[in-house]
Amino acid sequence: MSAAAPAPGIGLVRTQPSARPGLVGQTFAGVCAISAWLGLGVLIVLLVGVLWQGAGWLSWSFMTHYDSRHPEQAGVLAGLWGSLWLVFLATIFAVPIGMGAGIFLEEYEKKGWLRTLIEINLSNLAGVPSIVYGILGMAVFVKMFGAFQGRPKVLEIGFASAHLEIPLPFGRTLLSGGLTLGLLILPMVIVVTREALRAVPASLRQASYALGATHWQTIRHQLLPAAIPGIITGVILSVSRAIGETAPLLVVGAAVYLANAPGGIESPVDVIKHPGGALEAPFDTFTALPVLIFNWISRPEKEYRHVAAAAILVLLGLLQVFNIAASVIRARMQHKARW
Amino acid sequence: MLNGLSTIIRDRADAQAVLPSDLKANMKPKLEARNLSFFYGATQALFDVTLSIPERSVTALIGPSGCGKSTFLRTLNRMNDIIEGTRVSGHVLLEGTDIYEPGIDVVALRKRVGMVFQKSTPFPKSVFENVAYGPRVSGHRGSKALAELIEASLRRAGLWDEVKDRLGDSALELSGGQQQRLCIARALATNPDVLLMDEPASALDPASTARVEDLIFELKQNYTIVIVTHNMQQAARVSDRTAFFNHGHLIEVDATPKIFTRPGQKQTEDYVTGRFG
Repeated sequence: MSAAAPAPGIGLVRTQPSARPGLVGQTFAGVCAISAWLGLGVLIVLLVGVLWQGAGWLSWSFMTHYDSRHPEQAGVLAGLWGSLWLVFLATIFAVPIGMGAGIFLEEYEKKGWLRTLIEINLSNLAGVPSIVYGILGMAVFVKMFGAFQGRPKVLEIGFASAHLEIPLPFGRTLLSGGLTLGLLILPMVIVVTREALRAVPASLRQASYALGATHWQTIRHQLLPAAIPGIITGVILSVSRAIGETAPLLVVGAAVYLANAPGGIESPVDVIKHPGGALEAPFDTFTALPVLIFNWISRPEKEYRHVAAAAILVLLGLLQVFNIAASVIRARMQHKARW
Repeated sequence: MLNGLSTIIRDRADAQAVLPSDLKANMKPKLEARNLSFFYGATQALFDVTLSIPERSVTALIGPSGCGKSTFLRTLNRMNDIIEGTRVSGHVLLEGTDIYEPGIDVVALRKRVGMVFQKSTPFPKSVFENVAYGPRVSGHRGSKALAELIEASLRRAGLWDEVKDRLGDSALELSGGQQQRLCIARALATNPDVLLMDEPASALDPASTARVEDLIFELKQNYTIVIVTHNMQQAARVSDRTAFFNHGHLIEVDATPKIFTRPGQKQTEDYVTGRFG
């Protein structure tokens, strides 16, 4: 508003009416709208394509059979169980370590060179391509830096009724794959832990201190309970990224053709019927859904395209389950936490 | 303004006939700040404050926003410790012991010097668990003794009759005024002998404010209370002594009636009469 023109109603007068009012603004809004619809369009094309190719092939027998040389008989059973095991192992490996690191950085090491060093490393790790994690997993878990000089050992541990044989080095086992995916999601787990802790209202922390609680008691009774739903949501989302990873698993040695579910567990009932199988599973050979998809797509037979599409639908369904779980937890958290 | 406050003072003096004529002579200091200075990084927030707080009385800290009164309050139970980059010089004596001496157990200190915040901050737990938090973190076991302690604390905070049937309900379901009294009960449950209150009624409606003020009046029989307030009438109503802060300096401290009727400093008079602040 110019001080030289104190006319009444000045705010309503357009001082320099442009020839085509709002043209730039409208163009910009249009471009933005096209961008938004483009994203949705690509997703729809992808989904429709996969659905059209895989629809007739997705059946209960597809879910409950192993791979086969005959496309009509091929199934995802080994890959489905392999992926679930990988995610489970990756989670139990990455979550305690990631949460510990996040709590350390957010609560204990508040500044100093150590924190700076860890933070720089974390942001670098988060940007490392996944195949590099595969190479890391190969060196660390599969070969253990060649420490056993080609003479693998077997560590035998006897439980009450079960007998556990741990191969050293781990070799091309489910455990190597799970730990590799665990490394992959570790930086993300650390980041979500820190963000969830930072989101806890400062008033809660102060009130706890003011009542004579120690730092540990404040973390244990106030900060962690308030942060856990956020951490769980973040972990599920990072796990749903890991479940689609193919490259690191191929490097670590996932089998492309496998007629065996890890530990012989083919259904949830088997876990109860043969608990020993659940203990053996981590040291079994493995494959995973994305590895199967990759393999089927590379086959010359046209029918395998349809098998691959059906497997993609299974993978998308699994991802959807994870995402729904994450949003349910988030919704419950928001309902519960009204500070 | 000054007239209005004088009326409050007079009304209160009538109601409380046994008001000691000279608080200083009758009461020994519970808390004493000596040459206390406080720094947020390079910024000095308190300058050489020396102030003694008599036992079983209410001391009000008043002054414009940013004058350092809240900072001063938080030096009394070392709540400023949790802010990074802060520094204290000088002494705060609690019954003669310097709480900034090395080797002082800050956790034990905060149990003796309780605190109530401006915004009521109930934990997202049940009413019972909120009050039980302090005793529990101090290692209190035994359910019967704990239940008695919690009832006693809620009674002292004047909340027992309102919540006795809903101890298991979430504390977040209580009204704003009830939440604030719950926070007072929670602070009382650790058996403090000093209670610090940082604008405890500023977020409450007039009826809830009156209840909290009545409560402060009752609590001073047993506790030493230091209250920060923006509300001049409130300071006049509840406190025995009033300290006026400005720009990090303690300008004046005296018996409340004197501060509001015959302040010694021009600045104090300007502030309490509403000429600035």
